[in-house]
Amino acid sequence: MTVASPAAPAQPGGFLASARGWIGLYLTQMRISIASQIQYRVSNYFYMIGMIAEPVIYLVVWSTVARQQGGSVGGYSPGEFAAYYIVWTLVRNFNIALTPWAWEERVRGGALSGMLLKPVHPIHLDLAGLAGWKAVVIVLWLPIAAFLSLIFQPTLDLRPIDVVVFLVAIWGAYVLRSMFLWLLGLVTFWTTRVGPVFDIFFVAELLLSGRLVPLTLMPDWTQRLSGALPFQWTFSFPIEALIGRLPPEQLLGGLAMQVLWIAIGAVLVSLAWGKAVRRFSAVGG
Amino acid sequence: MADDRTPLAPRPATFASRRRDPLRPLRLFALFFRVGALNELQYRANFAVQLFQSALALATGLVVLALVFRQTTNLGGWSQPELLAVMGVHILMGGLIRTAIQPNMERLMTDVRQGTLDFLLTKPEDAQVMVSVREFRIWQAVDILIGAIVLAIAVGQLRTGIGLGPALIFAVALLLGAVMIYCFWLLLTTAAFWIVRMDEIHELFEGIYQSGRWPVTIYPGWLRISLTFLVPIAFAVTVPAEALTSRLTVDTLALAAGFAVVLFVATRWFWRFGLRNYNGASA
Repeated sequence: MTVASPAAPAQPGGFLASARGWIGLYLTQMRISIASQIQYRVSNYFYMIGMIAEPVIYLVVWSTVARQQGGSVGGYSPGEFAAYYIVWTLVRNFNIALTPWAWEERVRGGALSGMLLKPVHPIHLDLAGLAGWKAVVIVLWLPIAAFLSLIFQPTLDLRPIDVVVFLVAIWGAYVLRSMFLWLLGLVTFWTTRVGPVFDIFFVAELLLSGRLVPLTLMPDWTQRLSGALPFQWTFSFPIEALIGRLPPEQLLGGLAMQVLWIAIGAVLVSLAWGKAVRRFSAVGG
Repeated sequence: MADDRTPLAPRPATFASRRRDPLRPLRLFALFFRVGALNELQYRANFAVQLFQSALALATGLVVLALVFRQTTNLGGWSQPELLAVMGVHILMGGLIRTAIQPNMERLMTDVRQGTLDFLLTKPEDAQVMVSVREFRIWQAVDILIGAIVLAIAVGQLRTGIGLGPALIFAVALLLGAVMIYCFWLLLTTAAFWIVRMDEIHELFEGIYQSGRWPVTIYPGWLRISLTFLVPIAFAVTVPAEALTSRLTVDTLALAAGFAVVLFVATRWFWRFGLRNYNGASA
């Protein structure tokens, strides 16, 4: 089948009109996804509680270790672990991007054919749609965060600059992770046995991003390896930006690294997408 | 499928004979297991995929354990081999859940949503037994095997070893745990009669089940109680592991048995209550 060029929405009349077109596209997609997700509050809550079990487990284990080691381990006290993993819950929710597993269904079910007919690159539909979900997520997250804070007593000492950088960094993390998960999902166009590839990616992410433990608790070589990969800019960096009292140059440097990795991701996505879509032949839809 | 021969005529007779045959659930179980296994044996490559996934999960678990024991020599009084035993039980029970319990409950949810449960209800068998034995994912049983191997290695590392008595008690505790997890799943799934869309319940359970990788004694009080009585993970993983590491008291085992019975009766009641409230969905 022929493919609509993945360029900007076809709108006559210069940059402003085109910017308005993009903003309209994003806002509409976000509204649709808010409206559809808000219907499934119970379902969304199940999802969130299931997700929140993960950091609570890490938190309990590492607080126990910290207490046994006389109050701190790897530079973290139980209160600082609490802060790390409570912020983790928000970062994790922000990090939810299109799962690479969705591609199998898109290709097989034919939904992709419909997406190809739209005059924008499909990644925008995903980015905007999931960004809308974040609004629902934050509302559902607030009581959970309050509850966790009450129970685990985090040590928080925030400067205004930390908060500002954090608010930018969680969006950076979202876009960055979206790029790489999208790229990963495109593997589906070449093989149907995608499971092992995805699994390796997610295990690498778990260990090297700061999702499992703060990176300072990992061996040195792991920390060096992590420095060469994009993962830590999606988990470790936003969390540390808020709670780690990083010096300003590290805060700005981190944002710069996010931009760099997003750019790398975007280039890779556009190259891979061009090749992938040529391999695709529609089966209805 | 040719299930349409609705048992119109001999219904009272089958009903009566079913009552007299306590092994009937087991026979149904065996029958469905055979069909399920034959079905999955067609897709042998899935075995390799499952083996890979299980190995990766095991490696991740071992890395986490190693990270913890880089910093400390025991966690809440549990040594490294003892925690390895906990991990073994956790993997084994997880495999059991994903082989036999979860697939059935997910199918039940789908059936309620799509209205296809009506077909099952017309069959002259106990509905609870039917919804509980229909699906088997034999490849997931790889985890049962891996869990057993991890467990064997852990027991080998424990200086005390393990006698026949504790091994038997371990088996009993494991069985009780499995029954409780089944009840918990069925209780939740029965809620599907009222809350139709519950897809994420699977994620919820997976998430909470991960807490069983560590002995529940390390969790703060409220959480420990929830993980014991609300979601019976303590009974399913920690208690069997306690049996292996000479921690289990008679009281705990008795509590496990008592709670299993209470939960089973309550689940049966709630299932019937749910079924009475179920109107079908125009299948």
